[in-house]
Amino acid sequence: MVSPILELTNINKSFGHVHANKNINLKINKGTIHGIIGENGAGKSTLMSIVFGLYQANSGTIKVNGKKINLRSPKDSIINGIGMVHQHFMLVENFTVLENIILGFEGELVFGKNLEKAKKDLKDLCDTYKLNIDLNSTISDLSVGFRQRVEILKSLYRGAEILILDEPTGVLTPQEVDELFKILRSLKEEGKTIVLITHKLIEIMDLTSEVSVMRQGEMVGHTKTENTNKEQLAEMMVGRSVLLRLDKSEVKAGEVLFSVKNLTVKDDLDVTRVKNVNLEIRSGEILGLAGVTGNGQTELLEALSGIRKVESGEIYLEGKKVSDSQNFLDPRELKDKGLAHVPEDRQRMGLVTDFKAYENLIFGYHDQQPFSKSSVLNHRDIISHSKKIMEEYDVRPQSPNLITSNFSGGNQQKIILSRELNENPKVLLVGQPTRGVDIGAIEFIHQRLIDMRDRGAAILLVSVELDEVLSLSDRIVVMFDGKIVGEKENKNVTDRELGLLMAGVV
Amino acid sequence: MEFLSDIASLINSTLRISTPLVFAAMAGIFAERSGVIDFSLEGKMLMAAFVAAVGSYFLGNPWLGLLLAIIACVSLSMLHGFASVTYKGDQVVSCVAINILIIGLTTALAAAWFGQAGLTPTLNSDQRFLEVNLPFAESLRDVPIIGTIYSDILSGHYIFVYLAYLSVPLVFWVVFKTSFGLRLRAVGENPSAVDTAGINVFAMRYKALAINGVLIAFAGAHLSTAVNANFFREMSAGRGYLALAAMIFGKWHPKTALVACLLFGFTDALQIRLQGVELPAIGEIPVQLIQAIPYVLTVVLLAGFVGKAIAPNAIGQPYIKER
Repeated sequence: MVSPILELTNINKSFGHVHANKNINLKINKGTIHGIIGENGAGKSTLMSIVFGLYQANSGTIKVNGKKINLRSPKDSIINGIGMVHQHFMLVENFTVLENIILGFEGELVFGKNLEKAKKDLKDLCDTYKLNIDLNSTISDLSVGFRQRVEILKSLYRGAEILILDEPTGVLTPQEVDELFKILRSLKEEGKTIVLITHKLIEIMDLTSEVSVMRQGEMVGHTKTENTNKEQLAEMMVGRSVLLRLDKSEVKAGEVLFSVKNLTVKDDLDVTRVKNVNLEIRSGEILGLAGVTGNGQTELLEALSGIRKVESGEIYLEGKKVSDSQNFLDPRELKDKGLAHVPEDRQRMGLVTDFKAYENLIFGYHDQQPFSKSSVLNHRDIISHSKKIMEEYDVRPQSPNLITSNFSGGNQQKIILSRELNENPKVLLVGQPTRGVDIGAIEFIHQRLIDMRDRGAAILLVSVELDEVLSLSDRIVVMFDGKIVGEKENKNVTDRELGLLMAGVV
Repeated sequence: MEFLSDIASLINSTLRISTPLVFAAMAGIFAERSGVIDFSLEGKMLMAAFVAAVGSYFLGNPWLGLLLAIIACVSLSMLHGFASVTYKGDQVVSCVAINILIIGLTTALAAAWFGQAGLTPTLNSDQRFLEVNLPFAESLRDVPIIGTIYSDILSGHYIFVYLAYLSVPLVFWVVFKTSFGLRLRAVGENPSAVDTAGINVFAMRYKALAINGVLIAFAGAHLSTAVNANFFREMSAGRGYLALAAMIFGKWHPKTALVACLLFGFTDALQIRLQGVELPAIGEIPVQLIQAIPYVLTVVLLAGFVGKAIAPNAIGQPYIKER
């Protein structure tokens, strides 16, 4: 019988009225890779932030190696051998790797002897785990994959025996994921314990030996990974059975509805982010745009939807030119011509989160009949329309008067989708449709997008979730460094092939 | 020869005039590198000038006046921290409140204690700092070049002038060569990274503000107990804001901030020198126009020449640990 290295008993944590962790019990055995799976908002990150000392639990006990410990700050947990790699890296971007790692553990007031020792120790650690990091490089020059390695190295240098990783693969290409998993396995070989927080079933099956499932703040099950499967875990996560595979009919692509010729776009800092891009989207097809975050997808989507100025090149809607560097239609005019846009960052661009749901449900259409007449809003019709549409799109709770920020991420997304899809657009531009959305809602949103396509709309799907691009798209283009680096029919294409394109290797 | 001595006196005035700017800019670097905006340099400088003058007048010793000024400025910094670090209030609003408070408070207290609105009694030579003559300044005066540099430019300043220029390498060393400096810079860039390294973000910001208070007190004491022998209403005259501009112009870096302070000091010295002087081909320049030079220069430099000044990433944002 192995003894648990980490043991949580009856942990409770509330943020205001939200009970984020309810009576959580968890045992993690030494030298294992233990997965914690659950949907967004299930309380996984909160729980691990408590273990890391960042949040303090309202009640409950935490034991490390059988000894009860009191965690008032991350310092206490670091002393007890707990390290955490956060989803958003905790790195100072304009510091070097070395500076980031020794921060808080300098061991001397004035840099000198200990700094030299730290350099040597870190080189040894890099060699042991084949991390291949240059200690003198600045964080802002490093790729996301390397920044993550810096985080791992940082934890190891600080003496972590238990390493918690919060959604570590969200921003990585498949190849980077392979590298990460290799590192994690070698850490396990050396006797370290790893806690992997994720919402991706495949990672649990690939990497872990034990798994715990969380749902709505509660721990709903523990099992050995070998005794379970993806379907069973999904059901535990969601609380009902889930369709993991999409049913999709053969593509019946018609004429070209939307096309882009030699498009170049700059960002706010005057850096060229989209370089000479050409695209064609036909009626009745979904074109997937894959790529690692920050390779120009955001600027492309903004230019296509009329939010950002076109530097050079042209955009055509139904064969007619709508934008070039001289003349362009604004988002409202594009909307009138049948182009709808679901922005990537829904809280910033898609919604006014402090407004009520019904206000967000009519935004952009609020000055049209029947919502308003002679510039005066018609509340009765707006509310009845909102109720109808919320029911149709299964927005929960179905209360048009609720402030939008009180809806979950998935339901906020449904509010935007319902607003945009309700007008039956000819062309739909959609960015990150399921970012931060729970599995149940993902299934629903995907089905809606496919319905739209089957009705003859042309859809551009921009997503960093490769699985999503693969399961929805009829054709896939990959963007790297502002350029389209590859185009594939979505038949027999694998995530590895796309991953190589996304990394700019091919 | 007259030209040479003109230059020497211009450099001499530049060093003196830049002194409060240098202290204030160094104070600003500590606050802002830790992520706390400090618009209240102006108010604190005024407070220090008042407290130093009053303290020295009552206690008869300018060093005690300086000590009281330090206590007053550190307290004001703590007040700023209390409002904007602990209670996460808007940092600019907190600073503006301090500035307005001090203008009123110093004027009112001077009126209550000395019967003159915004004026404190003149200090005698025991109660104020006197000019320091460096050793051998007199005997070296007649040596060409060296004599001019040493005796006419470097010697004969108030103690604060020397301290100000010594503070620059010291600040540089603290900020870039010590673990405290590393943490200071980190907390202004990404407080979450500091928190997850087991360091108390709030404590770091309070420490930075305390140092800020000490440094700015020197600027105020310089004004009222060294170059002047009393406090008068609003005697800081925008130097706190100018120092802030110099700090931003210097990209939050002690060395470049020093250069900016000297540049501002130089334009000020120049405008004093140019007042009433007939320039060839131009004639006499109106005083108002000359006096505007440092401010116009600030705007031009900040807007055009320096390029984008990149502030510490987390500046102005209160650290919120739990969502």
